[in-house]
Amino acid sequence: MPEERSNHGSRTADAFETAKLGIWAFLATEVLLFGGLFTAYTVFRINYPALFHTEHLKLNRLLGLINTLVLITSSLTMALGIAAIRRGRRRLLELCLLLTIFMAAGFLGIKYLEWSEDFARGLYPDTNLFFSLYFMMTGLHGLHVIGGITVLATMLIMARRGAFSEQYHTPVEISGLYWHFVDLVWIYLFPLLYLIG
Amino acid sequence: MTSYRTYIIVWLALLVLTAATWLVSYTDLGVMNAVAALFIASVKAALVALFFMHLRYESRLVWAFALFPLFFLALFIAGTVTDMLFR
Repeated sequence: MPEERSNHGSRTADAFETAKLGIWAFLATEVLLFGGLFTAYTVFRINYPALFHTEHLKLNRLLGLINTLVLITSSLTMALGIAAIRRGRRRLLELCLLLTIFMAAGFLGIKYLEWSEDFARGLYPDTNLFFSLYFMMTGLHGLHVIGGITVLATMLIMARRGAFSEQYHTPVEISGLYWHFVDLVWIYLFPLLYLIG
Repeated sequence: MTSYRTYIIVWLALLVLTAATWLVSYTDLGVMNAVAALFIASVKAALVALFFMHLRYESRLVWAFALFPLFFLALFIAGTVTDMLFR
């Protein structure tokens, strides 16, 4: 709660609060962007339950599970990185950012394997409604992972140049919120597409 | 300030919940499969938002920013489904 903060009125603290509202407003637009696809998913799933059931069995559940674990763990390293810089530990932040980027790249690598496997078995975005949604939803999410890697790599470069300290690390916090959001979307995509088609 | 330990406990909870949703998907509960999967996903999402995204420590204004898109998303889905079912 704001009244508990001792640095009330400090410009840096105010700027940080404003930046947080900015990213949360952006994330709101992101929820609604994915929301259109989640709405389409709901409608088609109610109309074609049998199609969703037979088609979802064609997905590689194990790779989906591994990717879920990779993304959750990358969220942990991101959170630890922010905890580190809040204590002024720059080297630990750099290590955490590097691990997060590494796992984000791993996620995309596994996604590449999955899509290659799908294409090899003749499953394309125009195969049927289920696969249209699957490729669209995981594709849009994948673009967000690529965006996340770009943002986190920028943070790593800035961190190496000594841009962040115990007092100032707003960009890292903001990037972290975005990265956790990418994790949040996948937390819903995994069961909806792979487990309960 | 949240300790490193708290984050690791949250991460472990997320791993356990992922295992739970995986195991539940192999039992046939009919409609309850979808309900269980969405419930577990929402618990996981809440853990990520409250702890990793620090929502627990945020002001009411940030909470409002975080919740209003969820309200609109619920409105979209409920409105569309109602229209589809009762047309």
